[in-house]
Amino acid sequence: MDNNPPLKRVIVREQWCKACGICIAFCPRQALSADTSGKPTWNTDVCVRCGLCEQRCPDFAIYLEEVNALG
Amino acid sequence: MSSLADKYLRGHKMPHIWCPGCGNGIITHAVLRAIDQLQWERDDIVIVSGIGCSSRAPGYLDFNTLHTTHGRALAFATGVKHGNPRLKVIVLTGDGDCAAIGGNHLIHACRRNIDITAIVYNNSIYGMTSGQFSPLTPTGSLATTAPYGNIDRAFDLCDLATAAGASFVARSTTYHANHLRDMIVHGLQNEGFSLIEAMTHCPTYFGRRNRIGGPVEMLKMQQEQAIPVQRAASMTQEQLEGKYLIGELHNQQMPEFCALYEQVIQKAGGGNQR
Amino acid sequence: MAEKRLMQGNEACVAGALAAGMDFFAGYPITPSTEIAELAAEYLPQRGGRFIQMEDEIASMGAVIGASLTGRKAMTATSGPGFSLKQENIGYAAITEVPCVIVNVQRAGPSTGIPTAPAQGDVMQARWGTHGDHPSITLSPSSVEETFGLTLRAFNLAEKYRTPVILLLDEIVGHMREAVILPAEGTVEVIDRVKPVCSPAEYRPYDAAMGETAPMPDFGSGYPYHVTGLTHDREGFTTSKPAEVDFIIRRLHSKIEMHLADILQWEEIATEDADILLVAYGATARSAKAALKMARKQGVKVGLFRPLTIWPFPEAALTQVAKGKQVIVPEMNLGQIALEVERIIKAEVSGVNQVDGEPLNPAKILQAIMVGSEVSR
Repeated sequence: MDNNPPLKRVIVREQWCKACGICIAFCPRQALSADTSGKPTWNTDVCVRCGLCEQRCPDFAIYLEEVNALG
Repeated sequence: MSSLADKYLRGHKMPHIWCPGCGNGIITHAVLRAIDQLQWERDDIVIVSGIGCSSRAPGYLDFNTLHTTHGRALAFATGVKHGNPRLKVIVLTGDGDCAAIGGNHLIHACRRNIDITAIVYNNSIYGMTSGQFSPLTPTGSLATTAPYGNIDRAFDLCDLATAAGASFVARSTTYHANHLRDMIVHGLQNEGFSLIEAMTHCPTYFGRRNRIGGPVEMLKMQQEQAIPVQRAASMTQEQLEGKYLIGELHNQQMPEFCALYEQVIQKAGGGNQR
Repeated sequence: MAEKRLMQGNEACVAGALAAGMDFFAGYPITPSTEIAELAAEYLPQRGGRFIQMEDEIASMGAVIGASLTGRKAMTATSGPGFSLKQENIGYAAITEVPCVIVNVQRAGPSTGIPTAPAQGDVMQARWGTHGDHPSITLSPSSVEETFGLTLRAFNLAEKYRTPVILLLDEIVGHMREAVILPAEGTVEVIDRVKPVCSPAEYRPYDAAMGETAPMPDFGSGYPYHVTGLTHDREGFTTSKPAEVDFIIRRLHSKIEMHLADILQWEEIATEDADILLVAYGATARSAKAALKMARKQGVKVGLFRPLTIWPFPEAALTQVAKGKQVIVPEMNLGQIALEVERIIKAEVSGVNQVDGEPLNPAKILQAIMVGSEVSR
């Protein structure tokens, strides 16, 4: 086990997201849920940072960003 | 600045025009991930398209981009590649654009084995004109111009490209987005004509009319219908009914057109000129 | 050293193109233009240039545009049926402002017509063949030597004004053999497109004022940009904003119309004292010239106005020359330029028309001149 995996967080570009629901439906850990507009909100605790949401997003609206340890 | 979108998209042109849940963005993303993986120079790349929903992709991509006339992307791309063989030429095209109006250009680009990678966004329908059947629409499907069901047979585009002489042919789906990226990487690396058929979904004009459901249901259908070519080898004809193969379907190195033309120049004695 | 040679018109076309720096040709076989493709296939690789035979005429035009975008000086050659097929992408070259040369060696039509017979039935198609409002530069030579010069000029105009230029030959000029004097290599004026000097970040591909043409980089030269056949703004991106659309369409025309002094060429023969004016172009102008000489011998004062630039038509010059004269327009069609001449001089003209696949005989033109001189007497 890697004790220091790179820290990543999920970012959603609200302006580009068209709320299709693909990222939510296919998240293997159910780490994404729909807000009232149908766009994803992220549950950091269950997310394994697999990146499937980013790869299947038709809108380039969701992505994993490496977190600067100092920032 | 960490996403591929920041790196490769013309951000001021976003969000794109595609419908919610349209697979075109997934394929376009896979193309960018493939380019990024190969670390190609942005300015060495020319992305060419025809007309249709998928052909709008180049407008969002920050490369040399050429949005041409309907069906003609491969003809223009052939001129670009032959004009400057140093350039890496990628064609983004749709099922109607490539297999109907552009069908002649497709078979001849395959035949020449010119070093172009064509990625066919196959959503089984003409989306831009709101839902007419294409040569890749499955028989029996409903479309605005097939209100009683499509009586035409569909091409197997990969078989067609292989028969016509393409040196690399593969298929993947938007559900298998990482696999799709890998197929595109292999296509880009191939020195010759490569065709990658990307099975995608049009929830607006195909899914709804054919009562398949929305984008999520359509992706699930891809998951069920797509059979990796290795696994298919141990399956019966019966088991393969209604399925299609994904993976590398054909890979055979053959002389490439521009390389052969260099030999023509040598033979003609023009080798020391431009 | 200039060189005197016996040459065919189609051969002179290739020689003129090579003198202009043609280094790319895409084509498809079609009578009576095929020699142009054959010679391009032979000569281009000798100079490091590139030839390709495409699967059809549509593809040839597409490949020419693609190659031009990489910085090549590109040409294609065809005849009527192929010219019809090229129209779609000629319009694309017009709106995207991609320099290229399209040669149409006219044959009898419509449709497949008579592949080996001359005609001038594509004059209006050269002007209006592709859809939408677009300008056209079309040149029409009357001799083999002029074919050399006008092909060279077609490239120069294409590069200078970033536009497709049509070279309208006919079967007679294309297949005729004549002695030509070829200028020594390097002695002719060759114009290359202007390339951007600003930084890539500042570059805007269609940012030009009325009457002007923006610099054009080659793909792969450090200025990645977007090219589309959709109506676009100064950045090159799709727009449907009325003010932007209006501007780009009007600028497309203005870059030609504001430079007529540079673009228009015509010849006037014996027009000063003429009572009757012949207006003729291409091979027909040769017959007209012969008829003029015969008529003059009989004491009839005939002049000839011969446009080398057919589109735009030299309107002002014709208006000036035609004043007070009876105008006759001989053509190998049923009166395409005659109507244009009537529109320009605002008076009725008489036509001498031939559509049987045979060249227009000088005697037939002379007959019309004589009838005209009776009328004017």
